[in-house]
Amino acid sequence: MIQHLWSKLTDHLDPFLFAVVTAIAALGLLVLYSAANETMGRVISQSQKVVVAVVIMIVIANLSPQFIARFAVPLYVIGIALLVGVALGGEVVKGARRWLKIPGIGNIQPSEIMKIALPLILAWYFERHEGSMNWRNFVVAAILVVIPFGLVVRQPDLGTALLIGASGFYVLFLAGLDWRIIVSGAILSAIAFAAAWEFNWLHDYQKERILTVINPQLDTQDAGWHTIQAAIAIGSGGLFGKGWLNGTQTHLEFLPEKHTDFIFAVYGEEFGLVGGIVLVLLYLLFIGRCFVIAANASTLFGRLMAGTMALLFFTYAFVNIGMVTGILPVVGVPLPFMSFGGTALMTLFIAVGIMMSVQSHRKLVNS
Amino acid sequence: MSAELRNYDQELFWFQRRLSLAAVLVVIGFLILLGRFVYLQVIQHKHFATLAEANRIDTQPEAPNRGIITDRNGVVLASNYSAYTLEMNPQKIADLDAAIDEVSKIVEISARDRRRFKRLYDEFRTNDSLPLKSRLTDEEVARVAANRYRLPGVEIKARLFRQYPFGELASHVVGYIGRISQGEKERIEQQGLTASYKGSDYIGKRGIELSYEKELHGSAGSTEVEVDANRRVVRVLSRKPSVVGNNLQLSLDIRLQKIAEDAFGSKRGALIAIEPGSGDVLAFVSKPGYDPNLFVDGIDTESWDALRDSPDKPMLNRPLQGGYPPGSIYKPFMALMAQELGVRTASQTINDPGFFRLGAGHWRDDKDGGHGIVDMVKSIAISCDTYYYQLASELDIDDWAGFMKQFGFGQKTGIDIDGELPGILPNREWKAKRFPKDPKLHVGDQVSLGIGQGFNTFTPMQMAYATAVLANRGVAFKPHLVKRVQDARTGESRLTQPSPAYTIPLKQAHVDVVLKGMEGVVTGGTGRTAFLNAKYTSGGKTGTAQVFGLRGGEYKASQIAERLRDHAWYIALAPMDRPTIALVAFVENGGFGAEAAAPIARKVLDAYFDPALLDAAIRKSVSPAEALASASLQREVKRAR
Repeated sequence: MIQHLWSKLTDHLDPFLFAVVTAIAALGLLVLYSAANETMGRVISQSQKVVVAVVIMIVIANLSPQFIARFAVPLYVIGIALLVGVALGGEVVKGARRWLKIPGIGNIQPSEIMKIALPLILAWYFERHEGSMNWRNFVVAAILVVIPFGLVVRQPDLGTALLIGASGFYVLFLAGLDWRIIVSGAILSAIAFAAAWEFNWLHDYQKERILTVINPQLDTQDAGWHTIQAAIAIGSGGLFGKGWLNGTQTHLEFLPEKHTDFIFAVYGEEFGLVGGIVLVLLYLLFIGRCFVIAANASTLFGRLMAGTMALLFFTYAFVNIGMVTGILPVVGVPLPFMSFGGTALMTLFIAVGIMMSVQSHRKLVNS
Repeated sequence: MSAELRNYDQELFWFQRRLSLAAVLVVIGFLILLGRFVYLQVIQHKHFATLAEANRIDTQPEAPNRGIITDRNGVVLASNYSAYTLEMNPQKIADLDAAIDEVSKIVEISARDRRRFKRLYDEFRTNDSLPLKSRLTDEEVARVAANRYRLPGVEIKARLFRQYPFGELASHVVGYIGRISQGEKERIEQQGLTASYKGSDYIGKRGIELSYEKELHGSAGSTEVEVDANRRVVRVLSRKPSVVGNNLQLSLDIRLQKIAEDAFGSKRGALIAIEPGSGDVLAFVSKPGYDPNLFVDGIDTESWDALRDSPDKPMLNRPLQGGYPPGSIYKPFMALMAQELGVRTASQTINDPGFFRLGAGHWRDDKDGGHGIVDMVKSIAISCDTYYYQLASELDIDDWAGFMKQFGFGQKTGIDIDGELPGILPNREWKAKRFPKDPKLHVGDQVSLGIGQGFNTFTPMQMAYATAVLANRGVAFKPHLVKRVQDARTGESRLTQPSPAYTIPLKQAHVDVVLKGMEGVVTGGTGRTAFLNAKYTSGGKTGTAQVFGLRGGEYKASQIAERLRDHAWYIALAPMDRPTIALVAFVENGGFGAEAAAPIARKVLDAYFDPALLDAAIRKSVSPAEALASASLQREVKRAR
């Protein structure tokens, strides 16, 4: 009985993927302890969230991709409805309308749902048209992307909108979107961005953040402060870092958002270049495994989902580390499996769960 | 193969290709990140490590305690106390007046405090905070602290303040300190003393405080602390203690100083008393004086203007910067010179008809009908002008000036406070340079010079020095106000002037004659009335110098009747057998030397020879109110610590 339960739990678990994720999450807790000035409160809270997220991941891993695909349409519709709800009556936090208060559940951030729901519906849609895809399918897909993208941009939350847009684009890209369209789309985006800049469609703080990447000294107090202090933390870490719990930038409160979005700065300061290489290798192993799963997936839905999730993990890691090290603008993207906070963690583990589902249900479909 | 299947294969092929492309992009992305790591953590590591240290470490300078100044008996003339001050940082305040109004609702801010702050602000324009009110009570400190959240840019600081417990007394000697000006800051940098002055706000501005700045200041220490992002101190990393300034023991006797200053009353003038055998300056009076305490935390504009514009010139250091003709107090030196140059012997006499005639020139004696038969001793005692007219007319002016130079006339005595003027000891060269249109120094000029009038311009300090050298029979000590410099840490001390500067080769018999003449002044001459019933022997010489002359220019701006009166002089030395004190008393526009200056000299000498009088001087001066104020200050100092 117990053995049965155990096998049920582990049959669908991809050991490699699970080991790497666990390693990253454990590293995250270690850094979190240091970032929290050697207190256990946040570490315990985060551990609990990891446990819950892992349970959800296992549940999802046990579901078949076909079953998961059934949720595509309802999840997307609910997501859009919630985004509309946010636009109409969301909680305003720091000048942006991102949260929705739902009685009995609490505050939720519908844009987070979209990160999964959008790839899901696109993969589902493309699978339905597998073998007979033409340009009309891509138009429909593009519309499915633009609706949530537009709603999140308006919140305003440009960072999340771009991530959602990216997840949609990855599906289209992997599904074989014509290069000509990709290239002309890229050109149009560049023009749109230039126009947005020129005609002040961007918010000032957004412009500021972009400018700050180019020259952090422009604003040493607010936007630039984050970037400068993070660079000082990481740079002063050197080859081997200052050692766990010894980061001065971390412990003397020079680092902003050190538990959440900027946790990599803490890591970089205390573990140095060697630590950075180890972490990047872990992410590379993780994403590489995801690619393998995508390549071996037996259905189009599985392929697209796995490939998109892989690219999404990469995007999260790249954008976060890029912004903390000062090569990308500061946008609210957490470091996958390391940053403190439950919502992103949940999304990520759901994605890992889908990944495992795709991998473990491969043979069943084939046979 | 059906079209559909081909499509399946096609799509799978596309997918595989796209996936491979994506994998390549992922690897490139991570390589970019690794490149960035290398840039930050290897290439720029030093730079960022420095920045992190700068973030983390704050160096807090520790200003040294300034050395203490005492008189020769250890009475404190300048000391430090620590007190809380309320400071404002103009950089952080948009509307200063409104901010001061706001503060004044919490702590009383006097009109003077306001004016003083304004002046400091106008003068310095620094990024630092400037004191608005000093010596806050505990209650005031608490009130400000409680309201700090609504007073941005307002801080409470514990600072060391300089205090001059005797106020105006000896103010021209001690001087004062003030905030370091831009010019002084640059000078400090040029001298490479920047490190020593880290955290110091004050520097000597006048008097001993200025001339002994190097000894008094000490050198700054520093504390390295680790701070967090809010600049709160987390812990102390290292501490380099400051080095306290050296203490100074003056040669001045504050009791004698007090008696001398009191003797002047409201009169303007100068008095210098020197110990001939050491060069110790026992009293150094310049009247009127000023309260140096006004300057310590910045003087307000009104008080400063009042001091600067007063016709009495309280900021003028008369002993060093006042140039006056000496009048008859020059005569003892003339007499000595006459013997040394072989122009007169002591016993040679003249018959004084009451005037001296030379060519077309005619000079009157001060006594109608003359003094009759006059020898050298008598010429000094009764101050016979005719004797010296005649003598002067027979001398070569360059020999004359050469002799007088040995006594320090017409040159800086080298006393250890700044600002001394050289005066004028006329000779041929000087006359030619000064009056190119009338370059010759005429015999008529010499006649005037012989009784200490004319071009002669000496400072009271020079007169005192010359008298001291005469009293010491030609053995000259450089006059000095600081007797001893003491290292506050080791307690070791050194004398500033341990040995004579030089000796004038004088025939002692000649000196005896002059001293006899000066004793005659006191026993039966012009100084007899002033020194009646003195309990000690002394010699002296009265002098009355005409204000008008070539260099009466000093007071031309205010030529009111009082300022036209003669200056009164008196030089003295005592006791006669072996003088231990030589002094000069000078009263500006005081009239006759015998009446205005000699009585002041008498009071000082009386006290000098009577310890009871000396002791009474200071004890009497501390009124109950002053004692109370000083006691409460003591308490404040303790609390501030």
